[in-house]
Amino acid sequence: MRLAPASLLSIQDLWIDVGSRPVIEGLSLSVKPGEMLGLVGESGCGKSVTALAIARLLDEPPMRIRKGHVFFDGEDVLAKSERELEQLRGNRIAMIFQEPMTSLNPVFTVGDQIAEVVLLHRQSDKTAANKRAIELLSRVGIPAPEQAVQKYPHEMSGGQRQRAMIAIALACDPELLIADEPTTALDVTVQAQILELLDDLRQETGMAVLLITHDLGVVSQYCARVAVMYGGRVVEEALADELFSKPKHRYTEALLKTIPASNQPGTELPAIPGTVPPPGARPKGCAFHPRCAVATEICLSSMPELINQTHSFRCWNPVE
Amino acid sequence: MTLLEVNNISKTFPGRNGAIVRAVSDVSFCVEDGEVLGVVGESGCGKSTLGRSLLRLIEPSAGEVLYEGRDIIGLNRKDMKSVRRDLQIIFQDPFGSLNPRHKVGHLIGEPLDVHDIGSRTQRLEKVKELVEIVGLPQNAIDRYPHEFSGGQRQRIAIARALALDPKLIVADEAVSALDVSIQSQIINLIAKLQKRLSLSIIFISHDLSVIRHVSDRIAVMYLGRIVEIGPTERVMANPRHPYTHSLLSAIPRVGEKKSRSNLSGEVPDPSDPPSGCAFHSRCPKVMDICKQVRPKLMTHFTDVGGEVACHLFDK
Ligand SMILES: Nc1ncnc2c1ncn2[C@@H]1O[C@H](COP(=O)(O)OP(=O)(O)OP(=O)(O)O)[C@@H](O)[C@H]1O
Ligand SMILES: Nc1ncnc2c1ncn2[C@@H]1O[C@H](COP(=O)(O)OP(=O)(O)OP(=O)(O)O)[C@@H](O)[C@H]1O
Ligand SMILES: [Mg+2]
Ligand SMILES: [Mg+2]
Repeated sequence: MRLAPASLLSIQDLWIDVGSRPVIEGLSLSVKPGEMLGLVGESGCGKSVTALAIARLLDEPPMRIRKGHVFFDGEDVLAKSERELEQLRGNRIAMIFQEPMTSLNPVFTVGDQIAEVVLLHRQSDKTAANKRAIELLSRVGIPAPEQAVQKYPHEMSGGQRQRAMIAIALACDPELLIADEPTTALDVTVQAQILELLDDLRQETGMAVLLITHDLGVVSQYCARVAVMYGGRVVEEALADELFSKPKHRYTEALLKTIPASNQPGTELPAIPGTVPPPGARPKGCAFHPRCAVATEICLSSMPELINQTHSFRCWNPVE
Repeated sequence: MTLLEVNNISKTFPGRNGAIVRAVSDVSFCVEDGEVLGVVGESGCGKSTLGRSLLRLIEPSAGEVLYEGRDIIGLNRKDMKSVRRDLQIIFQDPFGSLNPRHKVGHLIGEPLDVHDIGSRTQRLEKVKELVEIVGLPQNAIDRYPHEFSGGQRQRIAIARALALDPKLIVADEAVSALDVSIQSQIINLIAKLQKRLSLSIIFISHDLSVIRHVSDRIAVMYLGRIVEIGPTERVMANPRHPYTHSLLSAIPRVGEKKSRSNLSGEVPDPSDPPSGCAFHSRCPKVMDICKQVRPKLMTHFTDVGGEVACHLFDK
């Protein structure tokens, strides 16, 4: 089965279980070539599981993909063999994570780690790969790249390690970069630098970026389009300007009202009662209904479909 | 009335290869009765070290901390114990600070036991009251911390900190690990309790939007020093120090178009801080004098309030 090429990545009705508990419950999402899509949601809603599923890096078991499709450039990643996946990962699809220290190898220099990726996926010799490593470190804004290639990860600051991770991710000019909370562990001034770098790279190389974060401010400023997750599903998706100025789903609306920056200092924040339900404890119907101020009978029993429009949402009582 | 007066507090740690880590250098400020002072700054600037030094959870290397006019740094154990009742702290990770083997009721009432306050029944009454005011269900008393979510554990930690009717609470990243929707609940709770009990709070956070929301005054730290301090409104609307300015503009805000960040590089190593003004290596407005002379934190503007440590305002 092939798909219309408008999207580079298209996830369709994806279901994932951890043990016997559903974690992802019918998630659909698409990323167009060259765009930065923001995937936001509170802790435990399934952002990282989704990211890992795209690259088929889930711990299986306990995780299990029950059904659905993940089309990348028209081909279903879920139907690929491990060999085919290896040609995809680090090559056409690259990933970076929150804590670069855990994904960088502490016993190799940063230069060697970049060169290794180049050698794995490209016809190249050691000298050319080393040259490419220096080029990439310079491209991601690391000062004195000729010296930096010799450094071990622990000799770099947090921000520099994240830059080095990005350099590795860029080694083979990926078409899709999945960035899972790439700046959450960083200071705000460094966060701004890293996000600007990702945005520059996207514009220059035309790679698409799936930016995963829990920070609404970050998506608002860097992403053209946004998908909001709650309880293992995308509950709302729209152009960023539209979503933030006219949210439709009651959860998105509540979330935006609750952030301190949208309120007068010293006033009571409009809080959302209760907590995010973990997998296995998600209620029937719309998972947000126990915390929703306007839930009605139907919200308790069923979930509306995500209608595929420019502004789509799953809510029975959307904001007018 | 001034509740706490901090004069020239410094704290150094032994670093690697014989270096000295200057975590907090020469910090002075006051906290008034019933005031919330926000302390903001990037990772490693010394916020936690400062907060802990004030309560002598770590011993400051120099300086004095006057609590109700009396310096508590030299106090012996017995005298310190009675002062400590009035000064409490809440940490970022409520799980790490709550003993998992004890029931919540015991954890909340423990400070009362330690200070031998009231009879058994009186203590139980107090615990019930605390559970109520932080918005936990009454049956929480007989359950264990792991049965609670992050937000609820933070409620437990708050109840425990309130057990001794303190005058001042240091809240060190108390809401930083929480999700947005839970964060707002806890911010509301802290604000409500602060008003109801006229608490003074030193609210430490790296998140300027949270600090802005809860604080009467804001102190901005960089590499162990306060670079700017003043009323919240003034600091937010009219930041004077270039670092405060950069910090403000680096925060991504919903619905605002992004402006390019004007700060390059990262916070320098506190065991080898730059000469002169420690911010000069990243400052977009750096001048020659900044590399040589450290600017003093002082009042430059009689009209606006607060103090700034920056040569831009030298007369
Ligand atoms: N390997 C695993 N084994 C068991 N449960 C898991 C595993 N990985 C994830 N989960 C569970 O799946 C749910 C979704 O996790 P996921 O990591 O995708 O959340 P997230 O949205 O990325 O949250 P965060 O913002 O905290 O990173 C969570 O409840 C988590 O505990
Ligand atoms: N026990 C210690 N021994 C040595 N150095 C320490 C110790 N505690 C803190 N430091 C150092 O002192 C400096 C200030 O640390 P501190 O934890 O106070 O910063 P912070 O502002 O609270 O940072 P964060 O936002 O990351 O919590 C840092 O450089 C830190 O590495
Ligand atoms: Mg995650
Ligand atoms: Mg700290």
